[in-house]
Amino acid sequence: MTYRKQYKAVVAGASAGGLNALKTLFRGLDEQFDLPVIIVQHISPNAENYLIHILNEFHKLKVREADEKEVPQNGFAYLAPPNYHLLIEPDHTFTLTIDERVNYARPSIDVLFETAAEAYKDQLIGIILTGANNDGSKGLKKIKEFGGMAIVQDPETAEVDSMPKAAIQTTVVDYILNVEEIAALLNKLARG
Amino acid sequence: MKKNQNESLENQDIEIRLLVDAIYQKYGYDFRNYSQAHVKRRILNRFNLSGMKNITDMIHESLANRKFVDQILMDLSITVTEMFRDPAFYKALREEIFPLLQSYPFIKIWHAGCSSGEEVYSMAILMKEEGLYERTQIYATDFNPVIIKQAKDGVYPLNRMKEFSVNYQKAGGKGSLSDYYTINSGDAKLLEILKKNIVFATHNLVTDSVFAEVNLVICRNVLIYFDRYLQDRVIKLFVDSLPEGGLLCLGSKENLQFSSHYHEFNPLIPKEKIYIRKYLL
Repeated sequence: MTYRKQYKAVVAGASAGGLNALKTLFRGLDEQFDLPVIIVQHISPNAENYLIHILNEFHKLKVREADEKEVPQNGFAYLAPPNYHLLIEPDHTFTLTIDERVNYARPSIDVLFETAAEAYKDQLIGIILTGANNDGSKGLKKIKEFGGMAIVQDPETAEVDSMPKAAIQTTVVDYILNVEEIAALLNKLARG
Repeated sequence: MKKNQNESLENQDIEIRLLVDAIYQKYGYDFRNYSQAHVKRRILNRFNLSGMKNITDMIHESLANRKFVDQILMDLSITVTEMFRDPAFYKALREEIFPLLQSYPFIKIWHAGCSSGEEVYSMAILMKEEGLYERTQIYATDFNPVIIKQAKDGVYPLNRMKEFSVNYQKAGGKGSLSDYYTINSGDAKLLEILKKNIVFATHNLVTDSVFAEVNLVICRNVLIYFDRYLQDRVIKLFVDSLPEGGLLCLGSKENLQFSSHYHEFNPLIPKEKIYIRKYLL
């Protein structure tokens, strides 16, 4: 099976334990990996987005906070700003909102994944990493419904396993892997 | 299955556009240039709660039942707010902007999209503590009449006051937030003296025009819901409301960079998204 040019973007969601998982993920990506990676990491509403500085150390992908109306570019990774939901419009631009929390979270992984699924349809890869709740499960299901690929961190290898477990219970996912393996798979998918 | 998904997505999007159009044609509330993904989430949320069979049923209900439309207006209003939200912004107002206003004999402020009023009262408290409030007039507007009524009442759940107090202190509050409200069965009611110089009114940024010249416009976390075209229209309203040297305050993730009116402003405190209307030579 060939994946040539199928995928246009990656969305990833992480909660408790996410920092280490994201570091490992970024460390494992090829030099030339250039699909946009759009990330929701649950974070305290008033936090400075320190993750940006940390993740920028780990890969050539330029990591920054998502801005409203921005179009995701190859070669960049985007983090949802603290205290904003990040949505993807049908034309792929970002929208930020301060609506109610979803699954007790703002940003919420479901909000990103559900809107991204509709925008990118079968050209999207969704990844659920470590976390302590069930945010992202509905979103990952929607990604599958639109023909995208669903990847979940192996709960055995997750710092906190509830979020990956919830995702696996909700959807028939394509891959359950440790984070190093997820990086290797992304490399393969991006190369086509 | 994938094909079915794509087709039902397309159909659903068409139905939502028709609903938005029906609300505009019948009631004049125009959400056509709001963020599509946002409007869709809110409307589907209402749809799921409504128990209706499809979105088209929501169109019929909207045309026939004003109460149902009021509910949708509430869904599309931004009701998440807090007193002294982003304390650093209020601190910047207090320390860097108010000294500029000190010399004004009279200060007019337009708080556009004020929602339930928490941030309007924050401003009133701040100005009181800096000795500016007595010569200030605040126009606080929102498109939603139900929300403006709430703002006018100035009554908030007591259990939110702790969070608001923390913000108030971080914003450089000079006393205690509890100096500014009375407690009544689980609610905190803001003091009437804070309301003295505030006019609460409905005004729709999408369809209404300029109503006053003001020295300071505050419009935070409203533009993020609009598409570029509508953002530009609204920023034009602010340009037309502000004299040279007038100030515009946006939300922390909003900026003028892509607006066609960018050249009308200079960033004054970039980190807090405070802009000053340029002086024309």
